[in-house]
Amino acid sequence: MPAHVPSIEEFATGLRQRKISALEMTDECLKRISADDARLNAFILVMADEARAQAREADAELAAGRDRGALHGVPISIKDLFDIRGTATTAASRVRAGHVASRDAAAIAYLRHAGAVLIGKTNLHEFAFGTTSEESAFGPVRNPLDPARSPGGSSGGSAASVAAGMALATLGTDTGGSIRIPAAACGIVGLKPTLGELSTDGVVPLSTTLDHVGPLTRTVRDAWHMFEALQGREAGRPLTVPPLAGLRFAIPRKYFCDLLDDDVRAACDRSMDALTRAGARVDEAVIPHADVTAPVYMHISFAEAAAYHARLLETVPELYTPPVRLRLEMARYVLGEDYVRAMNGRAVLTGEVDAALAGYVAILLPTMPIPAPRIGEHSVGVGGQMLPVRALTLRLTQLFNVTGHPALSLPCGTTRDGLPVGLPLVGARHHTDVLLRTALAVESVLSY
Amino acid sequence: MTIDAWLDAAVKDAEARGLKELRPLLEALAQATRALRVADFNAVFVPPDANPRPPADRDA
Repeated sequence: MPAHVPSIEEFATGLRQRKISALEMTDECLKRISADDARLNAFILVMADEARAQAREADAELAAGRDRGALHGVPISIKDLFDIRGTATTAASRVRAGHVASRDAAAIAYLRHAGAVLIGKTNLHEFAFGTTSEESAFGPVRNPLDPARSPGGSSGGSAASVAAGMALATLGTDTGGSIRIPAAACGIVGLKPTLGELSTDGVVPLSTTLDHVGPLTRTVRDAWHMFEALQGREAGRPLTVPPLAGLRFAIPRKYFCDLLDDDVRAACDRSMDALTRAGARVDEAVIPHADVTAPVYMHISFAEAAAYHARLLETVPELYTPPVRLRLEMARYVLGEDYVRAMNGRAVLTGEVDAALAGYVAILLPTMPIPAPRIGEHSVGVGGQMLPVRALTLRLTQLFNVTGHPALSLPCGTTRDGLPVGLPLVGARHHTDVLLRTALAVESVLSY
Repeated sequence: MTIDAWLDAAVKDAEARGLKELRPLLEALAQATRALRVADFNAVFVPPDANPRPPADRDA
């Protein structure tokens, strides 16, 4: 791991004090990519020349008095699911060979407008259809904290690039947990905003009604700056920190805490203690149909993924990695009547999460029931049972894709082996800004 | 269509397409479909307002 990687805010301060230039920061990131990416496999495409040109332009603009705000000159990596004009959007699949994007995705256009430096495109689970970033046409991504382990997924290369200091922030997508899971596995912050808040235009879809766009960063403040820029707010609103004393949090222990690794449970309990010591109130909450989340999620996401992939599965099935192809083929068998049942369940679950949040600033729960799994590990023992890694990693995150509530995972401690544990906060729909302010207050009392 | 009939047809179709390996995945999907169909919200579901309003303003 790099000795010290600045946050966006630290870099921005240094940039404006002329202690560091955008080009120097970009070169530093490129140096780390050269040193470590052969081991981590975080990048599919390193855009060194383009990034240096953008960094020089950012420096020249600043010298001329044009300041684009917090992301000015900041090296940012991009999950290779977003179109960047003139480059291939591979989705980590051989199926996309030969593709070249003719225009930028909406999120990329916003980042360019904010003065960001696009340093490269990151590896992922093929077509974002998995949570470990192992099944990729470009090989598995490795966790910078322990290369024998997965960085989570599907935005695994994105998370690894930030954790390893190869970029100061990254852009990911989240359909069932694909921002929050890798953020937790790599010990960084991951934000999934409210459904529909950030445009998915120009992003290869997985499940059109569950897909979200969002940032992964080193700090909550950095997530705020990315969130603001991705909405086109050039100046950015100030991020104020509310006092923790008096804030009320809800924790739905039933279902969400039923199956947890002992070290994950201990880290979460320590976080709850820290919050209550700081004056916050943590009450029990109930989401009555939480135990039907996985079937609801599966029938929606599978049917929507199958609709996108059906033609490709008929014409070039051999170009998919075998496990992803099989899951997509399985997805084609979901019946229309069950998709409708799942959409009905989605409305019920949305109402239940709204109700659980009534009177509370956020819901708290662990991001993943387990720490980052070992590469090649298909099942893990928890609570005396061996359970599939895919089901376990999605277990606590997918509900909020179904309901659309904003959710942010931040590091809250480590296991005895030193692996990070993520604590997500879930906020009210359409109030992602409140969630970020709350997360900033929570971040201030968690030691990690 | 009952889940048993669906599973039987799906497995046969997959095998006819040369995808024998799909059987365990289809069996897992059938398990999830059973859980979805027996959920009590199927009996009581009332469609929500077609244009739900966002919750009231909040302050942290």
